[in-house]
Amino acid sequence: MTNEELKIQLTALFPTATWEEGTEWPTFQITPAEWSTVANELRTNDALKFDYLFCETCVDWKTHLTMVYHLSSTNFRHNIVVKAKLDRTKPEIATVAGIWRTAEFFEREVYEMYGVNFLGHPDLRLLILPDGWEGKNPMRKDFEDPINMIKL
Amino acid sequence: MFEEVAKTAEGDLVINVGPQHPATHGVLHLLITLNGETIKKVEPHLGYIHRSIEKMCESLTYRQFIYVTSRMDYLSAHINNHACALCVEKGMQIEVPDRAKVIRVLMDELTRIASHELWWGAMAMDLGAFTPFFHAFRERETINDIMEETCGARLTMNYMVPGGVMQDLHPDFQRRVKEFLVLYKRKIHEYDEMVTGNIIFQNRMKGVGYISPEDVISYGVTGPAARGSGVSSDIRKLYPYEIYDKLQFDEVLETAGDSFARYLVRLREMDQSIRIVEQLIDNIPEGDFQAKTKAVLKLPKGEFYTRVETARGELGVYIVSEGGTTPYRIKFRSPGFSNLSALDHMVRGGKLGDLVASMGTLDLVIPDIDR
Amino acid sequence: MYERIITVLPVKKIKEKKQNITVWSFADISKTIDQWLNDWVGATWATVFEMVIAGVCVIGLFALLGLVLVIMERKVAAWIQIRLGPNRVGPKGMLQSLADTVKLLVKEGMTPDGADKFLFNLAPFIAMIVAMLLMAPIAFAKDFQMWDLNVGVLYISAVSSISVISILMAGWASNNKYSLLGAMRSGAQIVSYELSAGLSVLAIVVLTGSLSLTDIIQSQQNGWWIFKGHIPVIIAFITFIIAVTAETNRAPFDLAEAESELTAGFHTEYSGMKFALFFLAEYVNVFIVCAIGATLFLGGWMPFHIGSWEGFNHVMDYIPSSIWFFGKTFFLIFLIMWFRWTFPRLRIDQLLNLEWKYLLPISMINLLLVTVMAIMGWHF
Repeated sequence: MTNEELKIQLTALFPTATWEEGTEWPTFQITPAEWSTVANELRTNDALKFDYLFCETCVDWKTHLTMVYHLSSTNFRHNIVVKAKLDRTKPEIATVAGIWRTAEFFEREVYEMYGVNFLGHPDLRLLILPDGWEGKNPMRKDFEDPINMIKL
Repeated sequence: MFEEVAKTAEGDLVINVGPQHPATHGVLHLLITLNGETIKKVEPHLGYIHRSIEKMCESLTYRQFIYVTSRMDYLSAHINNHACALCVEKGMQIEVPDRAKVIRVLMDELTRIASHELWWGAMAMDLGAFTPFFHAFRERETINDIMEETCGARLTMNYMVPGGVMQDLHPDFQRRVKEFLVLYKRKIHEYDEMVTGNIIFQNRMKGVGYISPEDVISYGVTGPAARGSGVSSDIRKLYPYEIYDKLQFDEVLETAGDSFARYLVRLREMDQSIRIVEQLIDNIPEGDFQAKTKAVLKLPKGEFYTRVETARGELGVYIVSEGGTTPYRIKFRSPGFSNLSALDHMVRGGKLGDLVASMGTLDLVIPDIDR
Repeated sequence: MYERIITVLPVKKIKEKKQNITVWSFADISKTIDQWLNDWVGATWATVFEMVIAGVCVIGLFALLGLVLVIMERKVAAWIQIRLGPNRVGPKGMLQSLADTVKLLVKEGMTPDGADKFLFNLAPFIAMIVAMLLMAPIAFAKDFQMWDLNVGVLYISAVSSISVISILMAGWASNNKYSLLGAMRSGAQIVSYELSAGLSVLAIVVLTGSLSLTDIIQSQQNGWWIFKGHIPVIIAFITFIIAVTAETNRAPFDLAEAESELTAGFHTEYSGMKFALFFLAEYVNVFIVCAIGATLFLGGWMPFHIGSWEGFNHVMDYIPSSIWFFGKTFFLIFLIMWFRWTFPRLRIDQLLNLEWKYLLPISMINLLLVTVMAIMGWHF
């Protein structure tokens, strides 16, 4: 499926999605509340079959956080990017660890680095940061560490 | 201690493998729950070599941040640099000269051979055979010497820059590579003689650490580890970059899905890399080794993602640009991170000895996992 | 106990005439010392002095063997691994292990906090004492033996089993889960492989009809058992080598200290001289099992004789018996080192499968064959 066809099909499936223009792969934005059903549909729909989550990350836009999911299908070799805008003070989104197992680790990393709470995650603990880490989430833009961070 | 062991002897024994442990090849910490010798659970604890490279890159320019990425997967430093250079070039739409493309691919493949050779020796050492380690280093040294001559470094080469490569090839490069090819072909049969055909080795590897193709995809396992389960995942074939679409090479696939299959995939992948080097070494086009670029690179506003195939699997570089001289957000999708997430699934129910066999064939490089 | 330390053996009846060839031998030295001491202080004090001398000799040999075998292992490893090995201390690096020993001697011997201090400190000494005890019945050269025990083979298999206790003790007392796992593995392994080793030794006992090591050596006067005993003895020899490699915890059976799984297994917590004692005991154990293998299957100090070829046998007798003994022993040691640097390690279930499913049935059937062979007199 080409990107255009994919876009048409996805628009039919998810009419509420807002599309971004000028990207390499079809990119659309959804609300966090929708994500659980959208993810299930993307994974199980026979024409889409996005079975491979090759990147899951978060971007801090200072006013809000954006979850970015890069999805690929090993059957059809098409890729899409799904984004979800999160509230910066209380970021919450449904987990996809049950759909794509690789998300378990990606989400643990995002949880500690950005403080995003993944609802329903089986084992949401610190992964990279040391046990007992307190304070802010280091990858956020307003994180300050006077000892280890060098300001240019 | 006595109470503790006596208490847990009735049920489980929880042991820490690492952060300092010979089998983890670095500072990986695995918390293992054992019932006798049988593994019930493996829980990785990361971060012992976490340097927050992603955060660091946010304050470095597009020329500078490439050098940091050599320190991620230090065994395929060239390929890491290559991925970053490709991502910047994609954003700035720089056309790379043909000569630079060929040099980059040559270097990538030599790196892949060197990396697989180190893996081969280290994995045999995990299984208790020390000798292959030294034999593998014999060939790897030659590649490192070639790298040193051209790039000036043996491990963290920092040779790729946006727009091409840093400097032209050393005049001896072609001769040295051809010498290496001769040496490699004379010695490669030793690898099979020493390790592959050994009955103890095969017994240790076969049926160990099985992972099904569905789980491979679900866990995001890539690279030789995925191809051992028969999942086609070679980015060089699926989403060709540089000149890989014009080259003759096969994607090595095995279907058994166990440690031995992954072992065979890596071993044969070295032969495919040799094939690529042979095709290119006499056909390096003349011309510039670097495109003309501005002194200060500024990526346009937007998001750019490149995928390349490192020796360990798929490396993704995701740059979010706000139009400035530094990336707004950068994310490295490292192959080791996802491969490690499947370790628990692979070794559960196996013996303690199976853990090292499975971990060895995943070829984990810890800085690549922690970043 | 009647036997004297450093006994001058009454040479057995078999072909006495050939044995008085005047070559330099340990037997002459011990005989001279014995004579001189007897003349000087009388029989009782002579025995006491001889015991002291023998003790000093054993400790000296223990230390020397440790040094020699460590440097040999490193050189063999280097040779197999296409590198040079130690080459800085002394000529061609031959004093490297001495330097290492000095280093280990001056290191602090730490005892972990939660360890059982008594057992923890006792374990290395038990390992060493067992290794020393095993030296008693070994005939190092013709007529040169500390204790010609009439049940030498039984003594060896009985005492060598004690070494597992030191490993279990070390593993348990260390307050370390790796050590405990290593000790458990080692226990399972040594207890299993003891059977095969014992059965393959029995093959020779059946053929000789004696448990005394002297008798076994004398019975090989017209050819070593490995040549005289046809295929069953060769099978017994191979089983013996595999079993003793496992019993001494050497690769490919070094599961007790599998460094890629258990870091160092039972001696993870040991440092300094306590570690060195374990290390030395391992090498001395290797020497002893190889010496026993050489005695049982390759004739011990007995020169290479072929049946009734008088001339050939006579020429062979000119080579001193101690050289024969040490030559054979070091050949077997080299074999075991070769295994170590060639094979990957087995997994614990594979290790036990190998013993219980293959080696034990094979050696039992083999023993039966040997018995039939001995009854029918089908050997040379």
